[in-house]
This record gives sequence, C-alpha cells and structure tokens, in this order.
Amino acid sequence: MVEVKQLIFQYPDSTYQLGIDYFCIKPGEKLALIGASGSGKTTLLKLIAGILSPEAGMVTVAGTSPESLDAAERRNFRISRIGFIFQELQLLDYLTVLDNILHPYRINRSLQLDRAVRGRAMELARQTGLADKLGQKPGRLSQGEKQRVAVCRALLPMPRLVIADEATSHLDPASKLRILDLLFLAVERFSASLLVVTHDHELLPYFDRVVDLSELTSRHET
Amino acid sequence: MRHDFYLAWQYLRHYRWRSLTLLVCVSLIGILPLLLNEVLTQGERLMLQRAKTTPWLIGARGSTADTTLAALYFRDTAPPVAYGEINRVEQSGWATALPIHARYRIHQIPLLGITADYFDFRHLVPALGDLPGFIGDCVLGARAARRLGLGVGDKLVSTPDNFFDLAGLVPLKLHITGVLAATDTVDDEAVYVDLKTVWIMEGLGHGHDSATTRAAPTGSAFTTPETDPASAGAADAVEITPDNLDAFHFHGDMERYPVTAIIVAPHDDRAATLLGGRYVDENLPVRLIQPVEVIRHLMHNIFRISTLFNLVLAGASGAALLALMLVFALSLQLRQGELDTIELLGCDHLTVVRLVMAEILLILLLAAGLGSIFLAYIRHESGILAPVLLDAL
Repeated sequence: MVEVKQLIFQYPDSTYQLGIDYFCIKPGEKLALIGASGSGKTTLLKLIAGILSPEAGMVTVAGTSPESLDAAERRNFRISRIGFIFQELQLLDYLTVLDNILHPYRINRSLQLDRAVRGRAMELARQTGLADKLGQKPGRLSQGEKQRVAVCRALLPMPRLVIADEATSHLDPASKLRILDLLFLAVERFSASLLVVTHDHELLPYFDRVVDLSELTSRHET
Repeated sequence: MRHDFYLAWQYLRHYRWRSLTLLVCVSLIGILPLLLNEVLTQGERLMLQRAKTTPWLIGARGSTADTTLAALYFRDTAPPVAYGEINRVEQSGWATALPIHARYRIHQIPLLGITADYFDFRHLVPALGDLPGFIGDCVLGARAARRLGLGVGDKLVSTPDNFFDLAGLVPLKLHITGVLAATDTVDDEAVYVDLKTVWIMEGLGHGHDSATTRAAPTGSAFTTPETDPASAGAADAVEITPDNLDAFHFHGDMERYPVTAIIVAPHDDRAATLLGGRYVDENLPVRLIQPVEVIRHLMHNIFRISTLFNLVLAGASGAALLALMLVFALSLQLRQGELDTIELLGCDHLTVVRLVMAEILLILLLAAGLGSIFLAYIRHESGILAPVLLDAL
C-alpha cells in the first residue's frame, strides 16, 4: 500500500535531514510508528500524505507517487485516498460537529456531498458516541470528543490509507480503545491500511506491526 | 459556490457580533450619501408641499425665513405682527386671513394660538373628542398626545419655558377637549388653543376673583376678539372653568395684540395681485411673504451646503473603506491557522480565496439589505424628514 525508498527530506530552515532507505505498509496492515519526539514521525506522515515533497527518493501510495501528480491532482488524491488525523486535530470552531465531519466534502470538488455521505457521517458519529453532539460546536466539546470528530472526518471519504498522528493522545484509556477499535473497524471495512504515530506503548500490542523510526532513518546533521 | 456561501454564512453567524459590527459599518458607508440625498429630496418635496398650501403670509419686517418657519413649522421665533392686520386683509374682501401665534412651547411641544378656521384650512379634524370650544380649552395633535400621554378629559398645565423669563407664560391649566387625527405633518406635533387663551397666558388677559367685577361673558373662544376696557386689580387665573369664565377679559387695544404671522389665502388671482400691491410699500411695518419662494431659497442653500457635505462624506467613506480593508486583511492574518487547516484538508488556494470572497460578498449583500430596509423606512416615514431638515437649519 505504501512504499518509501531512498527518501531524503530537509526543512528549509533546519540543519537536520530525514533519510529513510526503505519503509513499507502492506494492504490492510495496521502499523504503529514510534520514535522520540522530533525524530521526524510527523514529517514522514506528511511526506506519505503528499503534503510535503521529498528532496530525493520515492513515495508511493496505492501504486501512485504523489510526486508525479500536479498540485490539484495531489490534493484530490490525498483527500480521496488518505484519511489524515492531525496531531492538532484542526477542527473549525465555527462549524458544528456534523459540518466539521462533512468539511472535506465542502471544500473539494472531487468529493460529492450527497444523502449517502450524510448518512455515513451520522453513522460514524453514532459509532464514536457523537450522535447527540452533531449540532454542537467544537468549543463545547471535550478533548476526547474533538479527537473523535477528527477521526470521523478522516474516515468519511473511505480512504485506502488512514494516517493518525497521535490520534489517541489526551484520551482516557477507555476512549483510546474505543477510537482504536473504530480505526481498526474502518480499515477492515474499507480494506485500508492504518499508520498510527503513538507514544502510548500500552496500545502497541493491538497493532500488526510496530516500527521504530530511529531504526529506519539515517537522520543526520548537514 | 453553494458550499462556499454555506461555510461563509456559518463563519459570519458564529462570530455574530464581529460580523454585525462590520455589517453596520459597511451599511453606513453605503447608505449615508443616499440617506442625505433622500432626506433632502423628500424633505424638499414635503416642505414645498406645505408651503404651497400656504399661499401667503403676513409677517413683520425682518427675516422672511423666520416668519415662514414659525408659521409653517412652529420652529422659530419671529418678530410679531399686530393682530389688527387681519382686519386690513379681511376688509379688503380679497382674501381670508388666519392668525397664528406660535411663540411658545408647552412641555417642548409648540403651543399654537389660532382661530377655528385654522382647523378647516389645514384639514384638521378630531379623531377623539371635539375641537376647543372655550378659552382654556385645548386640542392635541396626534403625536403630541402620544408624547404627552394625555387624552380627552385630561388637563395640561402650561409652565414657563424659562423661570428667569418674567414675561413668559402664565401657568394655566388647559382642558383637553380633543385629539386630532394624524396627518403625518408637523400639525401632529402641536397643542392648539384659541388665540385668546395664548393672550391670557401671555398676561394680556386675566380674570377677577370677585363675581361683581367680572367682565361680560365672551362665550365661544372663537368669536372675533373685542377690546375689553375692564379695570385693573385682576389676578391671573390658574384654571378657567364655566364658573369663572365670565370673569376673564382683556386690556388695551386688541388690534395691537401680537400674533406671529397671518396666513393669507386670496380668493383668486386678481385678488392676489391687488392685495400684493398693498404690501409693496417698504415703509410698512409688515410685509407679504410667499412661503414657496422662501422654502425654495432655503432648500437651494441647503443643497449647496449638501454638495460640500457630500464631498466630505466621500472622503470619510473612502477612509472608512480603507479601514475596513485593513480590518479584513488583519482578520485574514488572524485566520491564517484556520486557512492552513483548510488547505491541509485538501482545499486549493482558489477555494480559500472563494471562501473569503463569499464572506465579503455576504457582508456586502446583507449591508445592502440593511441599507435598503433603512431607506425604505425613511421613505415610509417621510413625515419625519421635514422636522429633521428644519432641525438641521
């Protein structure tokens, strides 16, 4: 599903360089990515999602290299194939829970917002315990509820790859497992792969595979 | 586009006070020049309309504008003319003459001393009660009644406007006999009494305590006034009742009693020409005024000033518009995180621009709507425009 080869990336203002010789995620695989803070986990996720472009090397997702696409194609590819749960959640304060979940469909023309999508959004909300919060704004939600909204938003387009950056942080143990169950259920239903960055070692046994980024990288100062 | 407007609307709704402030600002920038134009155009129409229904005025020499505004809008003080001037007009047989005494205010509302003919001349009819029948009676204009919160059967006490003005109004308890039907003109905002009542309040007439010294009854307040040679020693009456009505009388030559102006309605063109000829002499203490000409001249001056005002307004609007653009720019800076999020979720630059434009467009549309409602209200309530203009004069 995901293949990363000979990857090199460096932020313009940084002296550090991320280098990965080889990394892959198999179709349907549930993979946990661990590593020390600042080791480049989020950067790798953004490279896989096509939000960042590598300086060298290759990233392919479902057989497509985001690098080979123009900006618009890459956006459409990302929004339709990859569900991204951001570390900062990135919910919009002025939209209700339902509108936040539906938001990708309102800002990208490649996605059509119809009755089926709305039904799916409400079903996702029900599964995550948000059914009675659909009309509320994020400002009135707990951190855990906000995280569940972000998960629903990422899963709504039925992506082939779900990327979660610390998706279970700030949650109580029961909620963590609930979110993880939801993610596992979703990837199984959509035959998708799951890549989760986590610091929570209690959750690691639930994954098919755990990868420590420090073992993948040839990260060094330039 | 549907989604752009939906998201923009949600944003504006969420930050409603911020949006409302912006909306009112934009609306004001757009509406002020239109409002000024509307006030002037409608105001001119209404003022001319009233002026046209008042063919001529006789007023003291001095400012024709003061006399016109006093007689038509009860707004200004004008030097008085002698009541006897009315006889000069009526004896000619060329015109009807109606005296109007508009010097005083009662609880900030113009107090008009008139004769019964004035109600017919202005087509004023009572909606409640009757027109005043005796001295000491009064009838209220529709708005005056609302403002005072009084109705038929109530009493209205006249108080001096200025305690230091010893020659001001004598306190008198007026009986409200009626409330006039609304006309949407300045006539709605006045208290009407018989001319003699004002003269009594002015101290020119008074009553006696002793019934043996009372003057002959005057009967209806709206009879032709006569000179009353009653003796001195009278005390001012607080309330005129049927019991003490007969005791009221006037001193001196009533022909010399003051009125603010005399409305003159010539019977025909010939009569108008002949009457006009009588007042050509510049040595006369009075003059004939054509209210239409006075109002046109006033409006001409106002329009000249408004051109300058429009220029100032255009400058101020330009500055306000720049300030608004700055507000928008700063707002976008503050929302950079949110816009980055939208882009991260898969939105292109163009869509972000479209979202922002949708917000601006919505604000402009709502501001236009708000402005239109306000303008429509002003047009509907055009009766208030003339007083607004007069206040500005």
